[in-house]
Amino acid sequence: MNFISILLILLVLLMLFTLMVVISSRLLFAAISLAATSILVTILMFMLDSPLAAVFELSICAGLITVVIMTTINFVKPLTQKDLLKTRKRRFKKYVGLPIVLAIIGLLASITIKPIALKLPKIIQETNVLNVLWDFRQTDLLGQSILLLIGVFGILVLFREGQNK
Amino acid sequence: MSEINVRILEIFVPFIVMLIVTGFYYILATRNLIRILLGAEIITKAITLAIVVVGYVTNNIPLAESLVVIIIITEVFIIAVSTGVIIQIYKHTGSVDARYIRNIRG
Repeated sequence: MNFISILLILLVLLMLFTLMVVISSRLLFAAISLAATSILVTILMFMLDSPLAAVFELSICAGLITVVIMTTINFVKPLTQKDLLKTRKRRFKKYVGLPIVLAIIGLLASITIKPIALKLPKIIQETNVLNVLWDFRQTDLLGQSILLLIGVFGILVLFREGQNK
Repeated sequence: MSEINVRILEIFVPFIVMLIVTGFYYILATRNLIRILLGAEIITKAITLAIVVVGYVTNNIPLAESLVVIIIITEVFIIAVSTGVIIQIYKHTGSVDARYIRNIRG
């Protein structure tokens, strides 16, 4: 099997798991399917020679985010068996046409979007990821550290125990 | 771009478009706040994949990787804060349905 056919198989699997995220009526299954899509994206990134991005994707998206989402699901009241049957029927109606619509959109995209016509960015002559991160993306890193502070303060404000009580 | 790189882009572009459409449809069609988060995750995955592929075919992997790392870390903050908001909404309304948070009373 050559490189391109392996990529194609992985992409089809990725699409199937994404559809599972959308269609599954239980939230827990949806979260697990999302973790599976993360793993597939990781494999694709490894195949495309991006090991650092792949490691981040695997550890953060497939690990941390799945755990955070599952914890949130645990906080929320689960559906009863009756509700589940009702939701399943409603979800089936809502998403039954989605794979067909997606197939049509994919076909149209493959016909209309030609890679040659895409304008691709200029090449930066730097081979080390960390050098690029520290030399060319300094503003991004600054923004990221501000975002970290905002995130921490946001969570502190959200989960602060009421002092007046 | 070499022949194989053009072929790789041709394969990836339809799938990335389909993933983005799926994510947007999921966000628009559902009323569950946790599912809206999952939809946002799907869109982010499509975007990260697109950046990595473009980095690979243009022989610009370090820049693509650094961008993806920044996107993933930002994604974590978004998920952490929005799950906190969802839990608070659940505490107040007893549901994670978006219809119950329409009445903002100040």
